[in-house]
Amino acid sequence: MSDLEIPSKTPPMLETRQVCKQYQSGTTTLEVLRGVDFTLKEGGFLAVVGQSGSGKSTLLHVMGLLDAPDSGEVWINGRRIDNLPVREKDRLRNSSIGMVFQAYHLLPELTALENVLAPLLIRYGIFDWFTQRRAAQEKAKALLDRFGLSDRLHHRPRQLSGGEMQRVAIARALITDPQVLLADEPTGNLDEESGAGIIEALAELNRDKGLSIVLVTHDADIASQAGGIVRLAAGTVDIMNSGAADSAA
Amino acid sequence: MADNSIGDMYKLLLCWRYLRTRWIALASVISVTLGVATMIVVNSVMAGFSHEMQTRIHGILSDIVFESHSLSGFQDPQWHIEEIERAAGDQIAGMTPTVAVPAMLSFQVRGQWVTRQVMFIGIDPRTHAQVSDFGQYLQHPTNREQLSFSLREGGYDTTDSQSPTETPTRPALEHAGWPHRRMRVERERLWKERLETKKSAENTTTRSVDQQVHDVLAATSPKDDSAETSSDVTEDGESRKNPFQTARPAQGRAMDPAKEQFTGIVPGIGLASFRNRQGVDQFLTLPGDDVKITFPTAGTPPKAVSDNFTIVDFYESKMSEYDSNFVFVPIDALQRMRGMIDPQTGIPSVNSIQIRLKPDAKLNEVRDRLREVFPSDLYAIATWRDKQGPLLSAVDMEMAVLNILLFLIIAVAGFGILAIFFMIVVEKTRDIGILKALGATSSGIAGIFLGYGLFLGLLGAGAGLVLGLSITYNINQIRLVVEWCTGSRVFDPSIYYFFQIPTIIDPVTIGWIIIGAIVIATGSSVLPAVRAARLHAVEALRHE
Ligand SMILES: Nc1ncnc2c1ncn2[C@@H]1O[C@H](COP(=O)(O)OP(=O)(O)OP(=O)(O)O)[C@@H](O)[C@H]1O
Ligand SMILES: [Mg+2]
Repeated sequence: MSDLEIPSKTPPMLETRQVCKQYQSGTTTLEVLRGVDFTLKEGGFLAVVGQSGSGKSTLLHVMGLLDAPDSGEVWINGRRIDNLPVREKDRLRNSSIGMVFQAYHLLPELTALENVLAPLLIRYGIFDWFTQRRAAQEKAKALLDRFGLSDRLHHRPRQLSGGEMQRVAIARALITDPQVLLADEPTGNLDEESGAGIIEALAELNRDKGLSIVLVTHDADIASQAGGIVRLAAGTVDIMNSGAADSAA
Repeated sequence: MADNSIGDMYKLLLCWRYLRTRWIALASVISVTLGVATMIVVNSVMAGFSHEMQTRIHGILSDIVFESHSLSGFQDPQWHIEEIERAAGDQIAGMTPTVAVPAMLSFQVRGQWVTRQVMFIGIDPRTHAQVSDFGQYLQHPTNREQLSFSLREGGYDTTDSQSPTETPTRPALEHAGWPHRRMRVERERLWKERLETKKSAENTTTRSVDQQVHDVLAATSPKDDSAETSSDVTEDGESRKNPFQTARPAQGRAMDPAKEQFTGIVPGIGLASFRNRQGVDQFLTLPGDDVKITFPTAGTPPKAVSDNFTIVDFYESKMSEYDSNFVFVPIDALQRMRGMIDPQTGIPSVNSIQIRLKPDAKLNEVRDRLREVFPSDLYAIATWRDKQGPLLSAVDMEMAVLNILLFLIIAVAGFGILAIFFMIVVEKTRDIGILKALGATSSGIAGIFLGYGLFLGLLGAGAGLVLGLSITYNINQIRLVVEWCTGSRVFDPSIYYFFQIPTIIDPVTIGWIIIGAIVIATGSSVLPAVRAARLHAVEALRHE
């Protein structure tokens, strides 16, 4: 992929170039990612599959700026982001990237509504918050309402079921209107039915809002609902099918 | 994206939520509170005591004391006063000469002789009030305005004029003065008559009664004013045992003790009284009583002379060291009795000159100027602070040590906060990872814990301030309650000569205590905060 091509067509939403990541534990070095090239075009919905321990979560963390690659590059919307200063990465996480985790990762001290508002609470200072509060709360309520949680606004996470918690987590990821949503086995802790509901909600977001999504999963059924499937094996991208693969060439 | 300032709203929200759910952290707030409260109370009380002591000392001593090294003193105080005036007159408000010698004070209590070692100080009744607050320490209201060494008809204060309470604590002073003197003379006369009739009837009086009769006779024997200095008696073993035995050779006209007095003296109240457990002062002797004082003459070698004096008032500075040591007498009488007046020229000598400075004068500067003019091998020139230096610095030292110890309480609270915060950081590791995943900066994460520490510090210090101030303001009531509960005296007025525990609330000190507590509480959260900020997002998210 040459630099000349980039201005000529719309850049991919999310791209990794030769991303390597290795873990050192004692004397043994574990090379988890060895040059991963991954591309998600705008409005794409890719499922990442692979054996347990193949490095799916690691790749997602690198793309979500939670972890830095040992080498390689991460680009978002035509902009290289892995070498940005720490503050800038924090800001991107807060505004451009939404993340959903297998273990929900809600803050136990906050209510469902406050959890959804958390990214905005983090973004705004006290003064700004008081000017933005009303709009933010309306937006959070609308999101929770869309996920069928309008009667759970003031519940604490531990008062919610797994599916409800995951829906709150998705609402939290969406409140910042991110450019891309990264979901790491969002259905892993859920029963089949609630899991299907979550996947349906994600597919709907992709379809209706054109939200770009990367979904890590074990489940072949779930993966098949995505626009394309990427298989991670031996630290590299093994198979890429569907439309996403075209632009990755 | 308008600005890059990642906000701080979530910090407030989380701090608040953590506070509400982490009661354990409030335990360390309590120790901050207690530390701050104790420091405020102790500092206020110590400052109160220290201030009380300093004003007392300063009230008793003049600003600068100009002394001769010799007990015989230096000649011609008037010349010295003029020289001092020339050296530093612009800063001096008043001067007065004094003579001070060690002496023995003897008085009779129910027929028993009590002898005390005292400092016998001759003062000028006219000018002494200009240099110290001497007058305000006297027990007769009129003497407080203008001191006189004549016995008063009565009207001595029956309460402590410096710390008035409703109940009279010195009922004995009600009849002090001439009424007491007349009553005593009358009683002695009756007693003598009775003894004489008894003696003539039985003729077998015991030795002790005989002795007492002699004492009565001696105490009421006539006094020859003109013979005061010439009637010096060398003390031998016998007269020490009973100094009145040879007090007056029968000479001169008889004095009527019911109408006349000897030279007036003002002894310290501690020499003549003690305070009992009820806070009532018991007097061994009263104004109107006669005493005997033995003191050295000015010659070389000094000879001891004795003379009779009449107590006219009591001196109460509330510094027990002074109140149980000083006896004041008119300076001219003492000079005459000690032979300090040059027989040819009539020029007197004095031991020292007390100097009071103008309010804005510089104490040490005046002292140094005088030290330049007067040779230090002849004169000792010291400020009141110099004279009480060891005592004052001991108090300062005590205060400093106490403050260090008490501050350690707050420091211990700091370590409590440190430990608790580390626990919270470990417990909240996953949440910290979540916040980082949502875009919180490392400084933002640190800010949560620093803010939490600051909040605990403010809370602890604020509560400590309220507690400390309310204890300080009500310390005397609290003392009464504690005394009532325990049945023992916490604060014994007979020791301290105060009825109240004195307190001074110094806003600057309190400010420093509060700031110190807040700094310690916030400072203790720095390490946990840094640790939280340094957590790796992914590892934190994996934490269970
Ligand atoms: N901090 C670490 N130190 C050492 N090894 C690590 C560390 N983090 C991850 N690994 C290793 O890296 C490999 C990839 O882990 P990762 O979590 O990405 O796998 P995964 O594909 O998400 O697996 P799963 O499907 O079970 O979630 C694993 O073998 C894991 O043991
Ligand atoms: Mg995983």
